[in-house]
Amino acid sequence: MSFLEVLYFLVPTAIFYAAPLILTAIGGVFSERSGVVNIGLEGLMVIGAFVGIVFNLTYVDTFGSWTPWIALLVAGLAAGIFSILHAVAAISFRADQTVSGVAINLLGLAVALFSVKMLYDKGQTDMIKVRFPRFNIPYLEDIPLIGPMLFKDVYGTSILAIAVAILAWVIIYKTPFGLRLRAVGEHPTAADTMGINVTKMRYIAVIISGVLGGIGGAIYSQTISGDFGHGTINGQGFMALAAMIFGKWHPLGALGAAIFFGFAQSLSIAGNSIPYIQDIPAVYLHILPYVLTIFAVAGFIGKAHAPKAVGQPYIKGKR
Amino acid sequence: MSNKLTNILVPVISVILGLLVGAIVMLVSGYDPVQGYIALWEGIFGDMFTIGGTIRQITPYILAGLAVAFAFRTGLFNIGVEGQLIMGWLAAAYVGYAFELPAIIHLPLAILAAALAGALWAFIPGLLKAKLQVHEVIVTIMMNYIALHVANAVIQSISDSGEKTPMIHESASLRSTFLDTLTDYSRMHYGIVIALIMVVIMWFILEKTKRGFELKAVGFNQNASEYAGMNVKSNIILAMVISGAFAGLAGAMEALGTFGNITVQAGFTGIGFDGIAVALLGANAPFGVLLGAILFGALKFGSLNMPNVGIPVEIVSIIIALVIFFVASGYIIRVLLERLSKKKEAK
Repeated sequence: MSFLEVLYFLVPTAIFYAAPLILTAIGGVFSERSGVVNIGLEGLMVIGAFVGIVFNLTYVDTFGSWTPWIALLVAGLAAGIFSILHAVAAISFRADQTVSGVAINLLGLAVALFSVKMLYDKGQTDMIKVRFPRFNIPYLEDIPLIGPMLFKDVYGTSILAIAVAILAWVIIYKTPFGLRLRAVGEHPTAADTMGINVTKMRYIAVIISGVLGGIGGAIYSQTISGDFGHGTINGQGFMALAAMIFGKWHPLGALGAAIFFGFAQSLSIAGNSIPYIQDIPAVYLHILPYVLTIFAVAGFIGKAHAPKAVGQPYIKGKR
Repeated sequence: MSNKLTNILVPVISVILGLLVGAIVMLVSGYDPVQGYIALWEGIFGDMFTIGGTIRQITPYILAGLAVAFAFRTGLFNIGVEGQLIMGWLAAAYVGYAFELPAIIHLPLAILAAALAGALWAFIPGLLKAKLQVHEVIVTIMMNYIALHVANAVIQSISDSGEKTPMIHESASLRSTFLDTLTDYSRMHYGIVIALIMVVIMWFILEKTKRGFELKAVGFNQNASEYAGMNVKSNIILAMVISGAFAGLAGAMEALGTFGNITVQAGFTGIGFDGIAVALLGANAPFGVLLGAILFGALKFGSLNMPNVGIPVEIVSIIIALVIFFVASGYIIRVLLERLSKKKEAK
């Protein structure tokens, strides 16, 4: 393969693999920016992946080629509702947020597998028949070099993911809502004094993270795996968490980190046919995102600061 | 109501609530909860085979629970038990088949190797926490995935791209013909003795030694400990290392007892994460962990009998997750308990 061919293959694949990570990581940004740790992203993705596949299998005859898109919405809704459990425990019941997140992960997987067995009487669903189509973007695809790399044969999900990341940046950094969100995560007492409803903001943030995590999971199951079983979402949520931290709790940073992780993934999958890369044992590429995240939090790649109030329940009147 | 009583009541109420919601889930899904729980009971205590299997399941749960609890007591959250367990499993399996030694040396060596591997895997997050104030939750989660991929790569290279390592030698095995015949080949092994000894050791370290006092003090208040002349950094690292050693031992149970080798893992064993549940339920006390491990281990093994009446095994995972939720939300249960007792006093 020539260098250009390699790029034409790698770049779209990287974004394709990154799409679920981007959405879920952005969800994590919302939650943690408001001061609620969300290591339950994995469980939220599981719920999204499961609901997406079940919806797709059940209603494919009704909605035809629109099925995967509607499935995304339904999956987002389901995971959004599911995330309320985390919100109630972490915000209202003052539970340890990490522990509650662990419970979300366990519960999400257990509920999804339980339901699969109940619905289909087996451990794994059938393969879906209608997936996301690829399409070319007119005019843009004709640009030399970039055109074939970014705008030819793209998945709608890749565009959606990037659009959501930019939208999240606008919301968090350019709107009053975003300012309040960040204030609640940095100094809830000050925010409360200024008349911001801390509890409400945190509930909204956690539910947004649920919706985005669910959509991320449904994208994963409807583009990459094609069915749902116990191994479908295996660490994707934690990788999204890593992307969020590596991206320093910033939506665009998370976007970049997720694409980078997607790049590592596509290298580890397609690596055997690329010169130089094929000599690297696959295990190094597999662990690369995780090692980099450790470097990132350890401050070797610029210091990453978590929001100040992250992980602490807000108790009114307590100093 | 006294504080001690509430401390005991919260986990008990959580378990009851978990089982209750589990029953409702079964009912709503069209299964018979009574039949389900009878099948669960039979799956735990039905005969010698299931009792042996239950004890085998409890063994790694005790050690994983101790690992999480020890870290909690010293102010650390070790989510990395899963990865430390895998490294311990790998180390024990390797020492078990690669050396040929008399049993009196071989078995302790394999167990020690597992503890060391787990300790080493926990040393890294401990070091980063102590020296650079990096939060251990993130690092241990990442170390889990690194452990999974590294272990799989090592297994494949050991076995010439195969799926599993060779079986360990008899001299490193925790299995015995006596236990096999007694429990109808349930794969129960002597690891339970090691696990019980470790419960006592953790209690001894924390409650009876100066070092244990320091570890707890650092967990409570780093500034005060530093002011009192304790070395905060080395205590943090030591706490992680001890926690990791417990986790590594849990891996040894799988290598030297249950399986006799290690297979390429598609995902995590789940023992490490269930260890969090065990530790929480046991209020991070050594003997509490023992009780928590007995409950969750028994539920987990007993659930294998539930498909016989048509109920998916996952119902027990749902119940365990719910119990964690309720224990974590202990604040609200405490508030309710206080209100109840106040009402009684008013009358």
